[in-house]
Amino acid sequence: MRWSLPTVAVAPDLKPNFWDLALIPVIFAVLALLAYGGAQMTTPYDVGEKLALSLDPTNLPYYLLRSALRMAAALLASLVFTLVYATLAAKVPALEKVLIPILDILQSIPILGFLSITVTGFIALFPGNLLGVECAAIFAIFTSQAWNMAFSLYSSLKTVPNDLIEASDMFHLSSWQRYWRLELPWAVPGLVWNMMMSVSGGWFFVVASEAISVSGQSITLPGVGSYIALAIAEKDLGAIGWAILAVLGGIVVYDQLMFRPLVAWADKFKVDSLPGEQAPESWLLTMMQRGRFFRFIAKLPLAGWDLFTGMLRSRDDDSLFHRAPGPRVILPAWMDKAWDALLIIAALAGLVQVALFINGAVGLAEIGQVILYGLATTLRVVVLIALASLVWVPVGVWIGQRPLVAQNVQWIAQFLAAFPANLMFPVAVMLIVHFDLNVDVWTSPLMILGTQWYILFNVIAGASAIPQDMKDAAGNIGLSGWLKWKRFIGPAIFPSYITGAITASGGSWNASIVSELVSWGDTKLEAVGLGSYIAKATADGDFPRIALGIAVMCLFVMAFNRFLWRRLYMLAADRLRLD
Amino acid sequence: MADSPTALLDLRGVRKTFRTPERHERTVLEGVDFRLEEGEIVALLGKSGSGKSTLLRIMAGLIPANGGEVKYRGRSMTGPARGISMVFQSFALFPWLTVQENVELGLEAAGVGRTEREERANEAIDLIGLGGFESAYPKELSGGMRQRVGFARALVMRPDVLLLDEPFSALDVLTSETLREDLLELWDESKIPTKGILLVSHNIEEAVSMADRVLVFSSDPGRVRAEIRVGLPRPRDTESAAFRQIVDEVYTLMTAHVRGGAGGAQEQLTLGYRLPDTTPGKLTGLLETIAEPPFKGRADLPQLAEETELEDDALFHLFEGLRVLGLARIAAGDIFLTPLGQSFVEADDAHRKDMFAEILVKNIPLAAHIRRVLDERKDHRAPEDRFLQELQDYLTDDEAERVLETAITWGRYAEIFDYDYNAGVLMLPEEEIEELEAEKEEEAKDKAEG
Repeated sequence: MRWSLPTVAVAPDLKPNFWDLALIPVIFAVLALLAYGGAQMTTPYDVGEKLALSLDPTNLPYYLLRSALRMAAALLASLVFTLVYATLAAKVPALEKVLIPILDILQSIPILGFLSITVTGFIALFPGNLLGVECAAIFAIFTSQAWNMAFSLYSSLKTVPNDLIEASDMFHLSSWQRYWRLELPWAVPGLVWNMMMSVSGGWFFVVASEAISVSGQSITLPGVGSYIALAIAEKDLGAIGWAILAVLGGIVVYDQLMFRPLVAWADKFKVDSLPGEQAPESWLLTMMQRGRFFRFIAKLPLAGWDLFTGMLRSRDDDSLFHRAPGPRVILPAWMDKAWDALLIIAALAGLVQVALFINGAVGLAEIGQVILYGLATTLRVVVLIALASLVWVPVGVWIGQRPLVAQNVQWIAQFLAAFPANLMFPVAVMLIVHFDLNVDVWTSPLMILGTQWYILFNVIAGASAIPQDMKDAAGNIGLSGWLKWKRFIGPAIFPSYITGAITASGGSWNASIVSELVSWGDTKLEAVGLGSYIAKATADGDFPRIALGIAVMCLFVMAFNRFLWRRLYMLAADRLRLD
Repeated sequence: MADSPTALLDLRGVRKTFRTPERHERTVLEGVDFRLEEGEIVALLGKSGSGKSTLLRIMAGLIPANGGEVKYRGRSMTGPARGISMVFQSFALFPWLTVQENVELGLEAAGVGRTEREERANEAIDLIGLGGFESAYPKELSGGMRQRVGFARALVMRPDVLLLDEPFSALDVLTSETLREDLLELWDESKIPTKGILLVSHNIEEAVSMADRVLVFSSDPGRVRAEIRVGLPRPRDTESAAFRQIVDEVYTLMTAHVRGGAGGAQEQLTLGYRLPDTTPGKLTGLLETIAEPPFKGRADLPQLAEETELEDDALFHLFEGLRVLGLARIAAGDIFLTPLGQSFVEADDAHRKDMFAEILVKNIPLAAHIRRVLDERKDHRAPEDRFLQELQDYLTDDEAERVLETAITWGRYAEIFDYDYNAGVLMLPEEEIEELEAEKEEEAKDKAEG
């Protein structure tokens, strides 16, 4: 491949206009905050040292900044991971058969489980510095964001339309150019959407990962999450109220400053917008596109981008024929076989290792016990998803039929889904203690507190997408009551309902680790289940038990996905699509 | 035309096979000879699925041939060639690039500097009539304008050879005509450096109005069956007698069936026969049209095309369907009803179904095979995959699925079998199963009594 020389265009007119003036303070404020927050991350620190935290609400903006930075760092890491991992999986079949199953498993591992396992390692990595704990928290958030992004990019890369590939071959694009000019742009809308969903889910884990108990020691990072932990420990309801406000602020800022502009920008990568579909808009993006100075600033990286993406040209410059890059890197047959053998051996060795480790440290009897815990948690998830569906499906359909209501409520529902529900747990503890309720039953609703909204907003989206002529036809032939639900509304919203229910169920499994063991001051409530088992093992620093708990939960989630959700999803995709 | 020593494109004995999942070889192209000389426009006509698009992609260097020789300017083709540009049926524009950026992309990949790039792109954009739309994104443009971007993008590379893959078939009649005329004007007045154009099409009039030579392609396996020279000067008057006569001739060639064996013996279809992509409803409709005035049982093909307002491709599938079912025959550019076809038209709906069922089992091996399997099975059910796999020995996966789907539609109409979409299972119609079971019970009773 050949490196070509840069060609940079400079805009002649640099005079700022009104839009620029409005934007400049915003940009500088963000930059200054980033620099300040970043510097605080690397403060010296020793394990055991108590970090000073205060419940004074004036400290909250600073804590929010720290939490938001963690989120940003995790998102950046997820993006880099996604680009590398998904690209390798899509391009190298030999790696694909390992990477995709691994991703499937990673996706089923409870996110807080990653935190329990990795935190000591990270602390050892940066001795005497807060950066280690900081990294562990960021890693936990990363694990809540990266997998679905990687899946999205992978499936986009595998579905690039053939005619566009042919066009890029006809114009002699090298594989490097094709990746940046065709394949990645093609994947942008899906990737941006998944980033948004990731961040939305990430707030829950920001809050949960800042206050970590490792081997009997509790480490708290300055942030909204530990502020809440402290508030819970000191039974300060007022402080909890302030924290909720702060998190709301964080969600709004991320939405307005990052995702609105991103989604509006990503719209240009869509091949065709559906008729009647409103193009997404963002005031920030509009301002930036109108500001003269910003348009110029935007051109600088653009020139660099052109240079970067165009640099590795095809090697066939001087010959008559272009060597079209194959879409995938194929290994010779013997290498492929050797690779397969290696994988099988590694898998068997791993299995034996894990069996020995768990058996030696825990014993077979406990494994049976843990599986029973798993069944208890499964029961909770199933019952709660069913209950939430009974409530939110009718509500969602009602809202979805009314476009004006739907627009506003849709936004609120997405917002509620992003809101870390663990903030509300203390209230539940108070209620349960006050009314002397059964802990095993009444802590259960906590795990669906944050995830039920996925069902609601997907159902709203599904119901508002029902074509008007279908509704007219249903009215015309006099469909009503149960028959209308059975034959018309139910099947019409089923695909979107399933999407929502899958997300809600996955989220509930994750939430079980924090919701089956909750506390308020000195009051600790513990429900019987796999979640509380893992939470306890984490607090004790008992690694074999953490590993066992996580492995069992992972198996449960995978079985659930494979035997229930995936089938329902295929059914929905194949038979009930509205086009 | 005397053959120059080096043609632009020179194909000899080209063969292309694909492997089916069961490792059977399926031949798509066999023994294709073709030359594109300097200064000519050649049209390649064929039914959908005849392999003409595959042939075009071999000439573009996008896919390699399995056998034979492919040469561009005397050199063996090893990949997409500098000097060959292609225009796609689906436009294949990059939606995130503006018109200008789309047109510049090929130059950029070739490492042309920014100033020259912009200059050449502007030139091409103006040439093809896109001036003023440089900063528009493809999705802002109409179909016709999008395809103009497709042409500008190809022409900006100053190609020797322009390969056109049904570039007008996604456009409406009026738009495609304007675009065609604009292209021919550029060509005839030598405003573009292009030395040869190859057009793949399934529209007979389009091919005859543009090309110097029309090649008729046959399917299974695809090869060039006939060549017609169009000696008329451009622009051509599509209403003139000479033009109509050539169109008629091409229609005759396209519908003439090559029969295996000697002297018109009844052709033997195989299980993998590519059922034409059409429905019993459409077949019946066309039969009725032919039976009624003005045709009264015999119709001139181009005239019928005009009357029914159907695309050539759809029409050919219908003709083929009527022919294999023995309901109509085609000769000398005309289609006429057979006695069977006549009595089919005269029958009422219920009777038609019975006739269709009988014809289907008799004439279409796939339908007969499915029916036989279902008859033999105890529960009279069989998974579709079973038949799909059998078809994949003969056809590509997509085509196998298409053919089975067609067979299911025909069989359902004839009520010789039924299909459960959710389970993916073929079965005898419910009433028949009930009857069969009732019979069995009676037999059992008889035995018990006897």
